[in-house]
Amino acid sequence: MRDVLLATVPGVLVMTWFFGPGTLINLVLGAAVALALEYGVMALRGRDPRVAISDLSVLVTSTLLCIALPPYAPWWLIVIGVVTAVLLGKQVFGGLGYNPFNPAMVGYVVLLISFPIQMSSWALPRGLETVPGLSEGLQRVFSPGSIDALTGATPLDLLRQNTGLLFEDLMTSRPELSGWAGLGWFEVNLAFLLGGLWLLYRRVFTWHAPIAMLAALGLCALMGYDGGSSQSGGSALFHLFSGASMFAAFFIITDPVSSAVSNRGRLIFGALIGLLVYLIRTLGNYPDAVAFAVLILNFCAPFIDHYTQPTVYGTRKPTP
Amino acid sequence: MVNWLVNEPLLAALAALILLGSVFGALLGYAAIRFKVEGNPISEQVNALLPQTQCGQCGYPGCRPYSEAIAEGDAINKCPPGGEETIQALADLLDVEPQPLDAEHGVEKEPVVAWIREDECIGCTKCIQACPVDAILGAAKVMHTVIADECTGCDLCLDPCPVDCIDLIPRKQGIGFWHWPLPADRFRPIEVIATDAATRTAA
Amino acid sequence: MRVIHDIHGGIHPPERKALSQPGTLQSLALPPLLVLPLRQHLGVPARPVVAVGDAVLGGQMLAEANGVMSVPIHAPTSGTVRAIESRPIAHASGLEDICIELETDRQDQWVVLEGMPEWRDREPTMLAEQIRSAGIAGMGGAGFPTAVKLTPGPQRPIELLLINGTECEPYITADDTLMQCYADQLIEGAMILAHILGADSTLIGIEDNKPEAIACVQAAVAKANASIEIASFPTKYPSGGEKQVIEILTGVQVPSGGIPADIGIVCLNPGTAVAAREAIVEGKPLTHRIVTLTGEALSQPCNTLACLGTPIAHLLQEAGWASEVQQRVIHGGPMMGFAVSNLDAPVTKITNCVLAPTQSELPLPAEPKPCIRCGHCAEACPASLLPQQLYWYARAKDQEQLTTHRLFDCIECGACAYVCPSHIPLVQYYRAAKGQIRDSEQERKRSDNSRERFEARERRLAEEVAAREAKRAARKAAAQQQAISGGVDPVQAAIERAKAKKAQQGSSE
Repeated sequence: MRDVLLATVPGVLVMTWFFGPGTLINLVLGAAVALALEYGVMALRGRDPRVAISDLSVLVTSTLLCIALPPYAPWWLIVIGVVTAVLLGKQVFGGLGYNPFNPAMVGYVVLLISFPIQMSSWALPRGLETVPGLSEGLQRVFSPGSIDALTGATPLDLLRQNTGLLFEDLMTSRPELSGWAGLGWFEVNLAFLLGGLWLLYRRVFTWHAPIAMLAALGLCALMGYDGGSSQSGGSALFHLFSGASMFAAFFIITDPVSSAVSNRGRLIFGALIGLLVYLIRTLGNYPDAVAFAVLILNFCAPFIDHYTQPTVYGTRKPTP
Repeated sequence: MVNWLVNEPLLAALAALILLGSVFGALLGYAAIRFKVEGNPISEQVNALLPQTQCGQCGYPGCRPYSEAIAEGDAINKCPPGGEETIQALADLLDVEPQPLDAEHGVEKEPVVAWIREDECIGCTKCIQACPVDAILGAAKVMHTVIADECTGCDLCLDPCPVDCIDLIPRKQGIGFWHWPLPADRFRPIEVIATDAATRTAA
Repeated sequence: MRVIHDIHGGIHPPERKALSQPGTLQSLALPPLLVLPLRQHLGVPARPVVAVGDAVLGGQMLAEANGVMSVPIHAPTSGTVRAIESRPIAHASGLEDICIELETDRQDQWVVLEGMPEWRDREPTMLAEQIRSAGIAGMGGAGFPTAVKLTPGPQRPIELLLINGTECEPYITADDTLMQCYADQLIEGAMILAHILGADSTLIGIEDNKPEAIACVQAAVAKANASIEIASFPTKYPSGGEKQVIEILTGVQVPSGGIPADIGIVCLNPGTAVAAREAIVEGKPLTHRIVTLTGEALSQPCNTLACLGTPIAHLLQEAGWASEVQQRVIHGGPMMGFAVSNLDAPVTKITNCVLAPTQSELPLPAEPKPCIRCGHCAEACPASLLPQQLYWYARAKDQEQLTTHRLFDCIECGACAYVCPSHIPLVQYYRAAKGQIRDSEQERKRSDNSRERFEARERRLAEEVAAREAKRAARKAAAQQQAISGGVDPVQAAIERAKAKKAQQGSSE
């Protein structure tokens, strides 16, 4: 767990550079709420709360959720999200190890559907707007509406809304879309990729799920990229390095509790998530699709497990 | 007719439902009769799960009458020799909720077998007549002895014996019957002094 | 060159083998009392043939085999039988078992031994019988009666004899020491076993962390000019399991539920081979074995040729044991061994190691946390099982699913528990579940048997009642018949006879 938290640091630092201290405020607030909530719930359940806190699992849940939430989101959004993730995503099923769904994604989806406006207003990145300082950031979070902040659509959002421009023209039409995958987003995804590769090196998880997801997503984007017409879904590079792709690949879908158990199963799990992410991004109503794709595949994980059981020693049919 | 259907949507929907219901109901009824599978009557399956001690603690004169009562709907928690495992198996078979063993009918004890103290036996054959599985070997005026492998521990032989020479001794004792217990959910510290082990392994 | 395959999974725990100085044998003092359990093997316990108070010589049979799945017990040295009673033994349960207690007289007088140096001219069945009377059981840890393994029957022709010198478990160096010190005897033993089995080829498998043993065995093969192949393969736990070493060296898997003889292979421990040679060539029964005494709580860890029946406490003292508070003493290795509850328990035919670790060396297991479904256990399992599913079903006591997921193919090696990040004692769950399932099956057989007997009894009683009814009905019918056909009604006649008798009696008083 500690390794996972450490691996998020590069990504969080890059997000802070581009969007200001909003993510950091999210993280601290979310962590405080999560720790207090977990302590209380475990005490209510009659377990030792200090043991439950000490394995840092709830901290990982809140960190992953808060990274996914927009910076400078109102404080109540963070609180509701974390409470939903911990209670509805984990505790109600029996606590650590018993949840069938990814708790952070449960929280995210509940927020996305309940508060679509707050969830789709991302701060503008450095280069388009001066990044706010800490005090201004705190003000925006704790007294929302007191400051008129400029927010804009994310690159994925802009791609979805595009109706007439060719893809290459689209990428040069607006300052938010500068770079390979949108201003700031490429660097953020790169930082999460580095964190994820470090986790692979540390053998925290195996390569099967992340590589399968990225491969499937890239492959779908390649196949769907019809030379860059106005109907195209975006290039493979764009999809891989924009939005939450890298973050999802290395931090979300690798949650062991809610994903498939065997390595073969994880390949299928990751690949289907990659496919679904592309489909929802291009054909669906929401700009980023990771949360929905992950939840749908969490449903399917036991089914995948059942059909990817290894051949037990001594049960191979002898070759005639 | 089509006009009427279009103009009276509510009645049309009702008519459609009734029609579909009759058609499918008739199909299902036909299938239930035409394709009926002769399976094991449920009381046979229940009897296969009961421990066959024929002891009568459930209130019925034997396991088969109790299995027939269960098939009629009687409670499944009346069998002490079967214990929790049998109640669970019956609950799975009949798709009902497992209940804890009804204390009115007895408590779950460790398995026992009868043992005749041969010095005191007078050869009266009363126990032989009482045994429901013919597990006692003997004849009039000849030594009686219990065949331990066949004895179910039902204790029906204890009452008829006029000299009270039959004991019930534990069946599963010794190292041949030991197996690992499930780990407790909370980790137990190892014994600090060796004598703690003696009390632990008595279980 | 033999192709070396790989098994699925496996782990690389620290070996810690140098601690016990493999390759040298220490001789330790004989204890004053030897405790010989009647069951040191898989199967039925032996039956005593001596009485309390008997004076016995070394090599004399103290208990005879009781059936096919049984081996006899012999006195390791001369002395007097002091008791045949329940004594503490080295068993995971901590329970006691019947043992023959032998008070040694330090004379070490032996019976006259008759060997068969010309074993090549003897019938294999006779040699197998000699091995059985010598009390030899598998010395790798399971204690399977060797004579039974050597006679798989005409349905199972044996192509390969595999001597399993893997010894993959950390700390244990008994087989390593044996292969270095008794290499010539090992080769002759292997040849004898191959002769008994009629095997086409013989192979000795040794892990590559034992270069000295490999060298000694190679030299012995060259000296004896034997056609025995030696194969070395990469070190991994649990390569030494019978099924695993067969897969590594031949690429073939033993069919589930079957034995290696089904695919023409017999796998034996090197200690068993040396003991077999002693039994055949020298006529000496199995009375000693090499035991590794190791662990940092011992100041002189070593390998020793110990008498069977030596109390573990005696060996530990000889090896300089400095006990800690909460000291564990483990019979076997750190992966598959168990803690001994009473140190008076003796060394038996299957004791390959006594491990006395300090707390810092082998800390007590941490408190188990909930399973996070990481799947590391399935990656480590050499039998390609799903330990996670087995864990959940064992907790739920779902016997059907456990059998479907092949619980009985688990070799209880402990690799899954070793890699579990939540420190769950997985193997304990599987052992408990296996015991429960075996128990349930036994109970089911018993109750099926009881039901049949009960129903037979009911039928018998019903037949008796029916026969009586039939007889009565027949008599009644016959009486009616007689009355109708005009003869004297026998019933009426009997009543009149009785009346007359009564009247007679009345008048005579």
